[in-house]
Amino acid sequence: MSVLKTLNGNQTIAEAVRQVDPDVLAAYPITPSTAIVETIAQFKADGLISGEFVCPESEHSAMSVCIGASSAGGRVMTATASQGLALMWEMLYIAAGLRLPIVAAIVNRSLSAPINIHGDHSDTMGARDTGWIQIYSENCQEAYDNFIQAFRIAEHLDVRTPVLVGLDGFIISHSLEVVHVEDDKKIKEFVGEYQQVYPLLDTTRKMTVGPIDFTDYYFEHKRNQIEGIENAPSIIEKVGKEYGESFGRTYSFFEEYRMDDAEVCIVVMSSAAGTCKDAIDELRDEGKKVGLLKPRIFRPFPYEKIAEALKDMKAVAVLDRSSSPGAFGAPLFTEIRNSLYDYDNRPKVVNYVYGLGGRDIMVEHFKEVAGKLEKIAETGKVEEIYGYLNLRE
Amino acid sequence: MKKETWKELTIGTINLDAGNSIKNLTGTWRSGHKPEFIEENCIQCFFCWLYCPHFAILVKDEEVVGINYDYCTGCGICAEECPSKEKSIVMVKEEIKLAEGETS
Repeated sequence: MSVLKTLNGNQTIAEAVRQVDPDVLAAYPITPSTAIVETIAQFKADGLISGEFVCPESEHSAMSVCIGASSAGGRVMTATASQGLALMWEMLYIAAGLRLPIVAAIVNRSLSAPINIHGDHSDTMGARDTGWIQIYSENCQEAYDNFIQAFRIAEHLDVRTPVLVGLDGFIISHSLEVVHVEDDKKIKEFVGEYQQVYPLLDTTRKMTVGPIDFTDYYFEHKRNQIEGIENAPSIIEKVGKEYGESFGRTYSFFEEYRMDDAEVCIVVMSSAAGTCKDAIDELRDEGKKVGLLKPRIFRPFPYEKIAEALKDMKAVAVLDRSSSPGAFGAPLFTEIRNSLYDYDNRPKVVNYVYGLGGRDIMVEHFKEVAGKLEKIAETGKVEEIYGYLNLRE
Repeated sequence: MKKETWKELTIGTINLDAGNSIKNLTGTWRSGHKPEFIEENCIQCFFCWLYCPHFAILVKDEEVVGINYDYCTGCGICAEECPSKEKSIVMVKEEIKLAEGETS
C-alpha cells in the first residue's frame, strides 16, 4: 500500500533506490546531491539494500565503476550534481555509446565560475548531447516517480540507453514535501527483473566491449547508438501509462496546464513550473488566456508533440534555467522554436533566461512574462527575442 | 571483407567475434621500410620478440627465425633494440605495396 511520507528530494530518490535495490550503486558525494549518497550508504550499513555500494575517489571514477558494472551485467545507478556531472563528462558518452542502461539522479546545480551551489540546469544542459535520456521533475513526487520509471525506460531492449533524472538543487533536493511512497513489493514488480544483454561475466561467450573503430565503422556504430534513444518515445509513453495504472499518477512527455483555450503560453521545466501554475491561476482569475507547458522529457526531445501543442498559440515564452553563451537563445528555446518552424502560422517565440545560480523566480516574474506575451499577441511585434528575468540591469 | 550496415551491428559496439583482429593484416601499414633478419648474427636474446608491438617476430622451436610480414608494421623497434655486436635485424628499403582492394 502507498504510504504518505514527509521527505525531501534527496530522500525520495534514496527511498526509490532502496526499493529498486540495484546490483551496484557507485557515487561520490557532492552538494546538493550528497544526502542521496549518504542515505544509500546508511541503507547499506543497516542491511536495507543488498546491492554493492562503491564510493570511489571522484565522479569520473564513479561513472567508470557504473560502466564496468553495467557491462558486467548488473543493474546500476549513480547520483551527482554540477561539477560532479561535469567531471563525468567523457564517461557519459562512453556509457551511452556502449548502450548501458545506467540510471543517474542529477540534482541540478550551476557550474563554476563563479562557484555556486544552488539550482540551475547548466549541468544537465551541458550533457545534452552525450546521448543520455533526460527527464526533469517538478517536485519530490515527480522525482520519485521519474526515478522508478527511469529503470524501465533505460533497460527496455529497444532502448538500452542511460537515463538521467533531474531535480532542482535545494528547491527540490532540500525541501520537505508529502510524498506517496509506494509499496516495496509493487515497485519491485513494476521495475521487474533485470535483463542482461551480452554481460561480460558470461564467460561462455567470447566478446570484446568498446574496441577501437576506424573511419570504416565509427559512423555505423554511432548511428546504431542513435537508434536506441530514437526508440525511446513509445517506451516512455508506455511506461508512464503503466505507472499510472499501477500507482494512479500517469506521465507523458510534458504536462499542459490550463492550455485548453489559451492564446499565449509559458514553457518552463522543473520546480519553476510549480510557481508558474500559481501565476497562471491568478492570471486566469483576471480573465487572461494564458497556459503553461511543462516539458518532462528533454532528450529525446518530443518535438512533434510539443509543436502540435503550441502551434495555435499567438505567442510563446520559453524560460531556460541555463544559458548557452553565444548561441541564438538557450537550449530549451532553440529546441522549441526549431520544432515550430514547419508550421506556416507558427507563434512568435521568445526566450527568457532565469534563475541562474538559484536566483528566485516568483509569481510576479511569470506575470511580467505573460504581460509581454499579451503585448506580442496584440501587436504581432517582438521587441526582444531573448532576455533575462529578475536580473539587475 | 563485407562490412556491416549500422542495422547489422550488435548494439553497444560489442564485438561477438572476439579475436578477429587476426584478420587485420597490419603489415599493410608498412610504408617503405621493413626489418630484415640476419640469422648468423642472432644471439637469441628475444629482445625483438619482447619489444615488437605486433607480435610479428617468428619463433620456431624456441628460436627466433624471422619476421611475420603479414603483421609487421615496419616500426623498426626490433632493429633499434637488437643488442648483438653485429645487428641481427636491420631496416631495409621496401617498395610500397597496397593491400588487395585498397586505394591510396
